[in-house]
Amino acid sequence: MSSPMEETHRDDLASKTGMWLFLFTEMLLFGGLFVVYSVYRYRNAEAFHLAAHELSVFIGTVNTIILLISSSTIAMSITALQKKNKKLALILLGITIFLGLMFLVNKYFEWGDHFREHIYPGSPVLALRGQGDVLFYGLYFFMTGLHALHIIVGLAFIGFIFVFIVRGEVTSDNYVLLENSGLYWHLVDLIWIFLFPLFYLIT
Amino acid sequence: MENEKNHIIPYRSFLLVLATLITLTLISVSVTQIYLGPLTVFIALLIAAVKSSFVLRIFMHLKFESRMLVFMVIAVILVICVVIFITLLDYLYR
Repeated sequence: MSSPMEETHRDDLASKTGMWLFLFTEMLLFGGLFVVYSVYRYRNAEAFHLAAHELSVFIGTVNTIILLISSSTIAMSITALQKKNKKLALILLGITIFLGLMFLVNKYFEWGDHFREHIYPGSPVLALRGQGDVLFYGLYFFMTGLHALHIIVGLAFIGFIFVFIVRGEVTSDNYVLLENSGLYWHLVDLIWIFLFPLFYLIT
Repeated sequence: MENEKNHIIPYRSFLLVLATLITLTLISVSVTQIYLGPLTVFIALLIAAVKSSFVLRIFMHLKFESRMLVFMVIAVILVICVVIFITLLDYLYR
């Protein structure tokens, strides 16, 4: 440590461990939802099969690739900061935020299309189609909605870190906050890696 | 002294992993468009698991992290898998 002010104790591993503990609870939350999905899919195989065909594989694939790229840019921004390239780190974080917003814009159009066809939770048109469709779309809106909420939280988190780097509070020798925001963002990506095949691909 | 603690992953590794992940996504999309019956679910989840391992090891830095952290993550993933498995068994054979 070259810093002249050495009065504060810092433990990066503990900080990361704490972040991981939080991520474990997130994994359990979505894990539970996957069980609910599997059981209802098993009980309503035919309805889930037909309903899943109505989702746009194209938008789903584009969103998957957007999230994967954004994951790599935030990971690279850590490398940039470690190499003391603050400007590149900020640019890469900016790209990450932009891609996260793109994901949400796609989600908006995707959900907008469903709403226009009167498919939304509690919709009378959906109720007429039977229990299986109600369950499929209920789980679809809940799980992708909860995931989108995580994207919004992640964007806010990364936004804060962006400001901290600008202000010099997160630096090339104190970047554990950037690493933690990265961990959160990767977890959001990880959840999508499972949501995408379950809803869009397995029909 | 800092080098040992702060491992720097080169940009190239991240780009390689990204290319691998996108390729796996496209493979998973094209394979599931073919009718393979129950195999589809298995293949889609297998590819998702492979993708996750790349994200966990490289993006989330676990490959270079302390043993304790790696052990915790593996243990929690195992617990989640066991809980899902037992719940489904219970559901199927109750």
